[in-house]
Amino acid sequence: MCLAVPVQVVSIEGNEAEVDIGGVRRRISIMLTPEAKVGDYVLLHTGYAINVIDEAEAQETLKILEEIASLGDEAE
Amino acid sequence: MKFIDEYRDVELGGKLVAKIERLSTRPVRLMEFCGGHTVATMRNGIRQLLPATVEMLSGPGCPVCVTANADIDKSIALACLPDVIVTTFGDMMKVPGSYSSLQRARAEMADIRIVYSTQDALQIARDNPAKSVIFIGIGFETTAPTIAAAVLQAEQQRIENFFVLCLLKLCPPIMKVLLDLGEIKLDGIVCPGHVSAIIGSRPYEFIPRDYGVACVISGFEPLDILLSVAMLVEQVEDGKPKVEIAYRRGVKADGNRQALGLMEKVFEVSSADWRGIGIVPASGLKLRKEYERFDADQAFAIEMKPVREAKGCICGDILRGVKTPADCKLFRRVCSPENPVGPCMVSSEGACAAYYQYGVDYG
Ligand code: SF4
Repeated sequence: MCLAVPVQVVSIEGNEAEVDIGGVRRRISIMLTPEAKVGDYVLLHTGYAINVIDEAEAQETLKILEEIASLGDEAE
Repeated sequence: MKFIDEYRDVELGGKLVAKIERLSTRPVRLMEFCGGHTVATMRNGIRQLLPATVEMLSGPGCPVCVTANADIDKSIALACLPDVIVTTFGDMMKVPGSYSSLQRARAEMADIRIVYSTQDALQIARDNPAKSVIFIGIGFETTAPTIAAAVLQAEQQRIENFFVLCLLKLCPPIMKVLLDLGEIKLDGIVCPGHVSAIIGSRPYEFIPRDYGVACVISGFEPLDILLSVAMLVEQVEDGKPKVEIAYRRGVKADGNRQALGLMEKVFEVSSADWRGIGIVPASGLKLRKEYERFDADQAFAIEMKPVREAKGCICGDILRGVKTPADCKLFRRVCSPENPVGPCMVSSEGACAAYYQYGVDYG
């Protein structure tokens, strides 16, 4: 129920945005994320963006994952 | 898709599992609080991949599952009133109450409509001015701001026929209840990702401080979950429990201030009735006095028959992490997604449904 998926903001009109969900366009509310900009990825939950995805943090997490993986190679 | 596929890399997953194996020297018991995590864990076979030292239990983090029979009964009774349209998330339809379900009530001509968003419920209210449109407001902190937003919009746009049956529940208070009950000894909690997108990481700080239990906020892809488990195991091994965020792309320590502001404006903390736990003070939300006119509970008089629980269903124990679906005598034999006895078999995030679907018959 607390499911939320990353979608990209295509256009914004007031409290609403058009987003792209794997090629499908959909109107959502951005009342909870007024900071969302065109091009941003947001987490979509029941028709509302509940947060803007932090791309820098996403990169950082991938780096951490890669590091853990390469540490594994050394130890083995 | 971006922000999904990167976190599904099988090779990296294998290396994370190897890391967890190296880290884990003693038995740890972790609870994945959120039903979404239970499903992701099962779907990806994560429990089987983890070393024998790491035990994972499902928790009460499924809003459909924790809705008490009394509240299901109330939803059905509201739907049976004349000139009422009940709107609900689809997962609620098949949940059996004491005597019926929303689905059954609909077959008996009640006007019940499945919506994807509170925005849809508002639209139904606009389109049907002669009817009262009631939204069954289940959910945790993830969903609460979307209901707050709809109430504020209804007020602004003077949509007079929109109502909410407010059954919202809060996660940190129920974690405290589970820890205080002490029925299960936990070393760590995989904390809910999208609840935390709203509330941030601070509301969990009492857990390591007062109970010595590790907390990591996790995303929902397999690598997110494995990373969170690795972080939890590391905390336990170090003997230094704290709150960490593994899901940094979606969660900030302070949460979403805008969403919290709307929630605060529309709701106040109240008691809530949890399946398997009972009425817990300060574990739910109700509409503030200023927004009382949207409260379906106050706007409509309904007569309620005594609440009955399904015989043999142990959903309550499963939600507290005390038992697993495999412990239920009805599991698979009598109870299935087509013929659910309890809500844990109905909800797409219920533990029983997840065990059923992914063929897991053990704890
Ligand atoms: S298997 Fe069915 S009856 Fe048993 S606990 Fe789960 S929902 Fe209840």
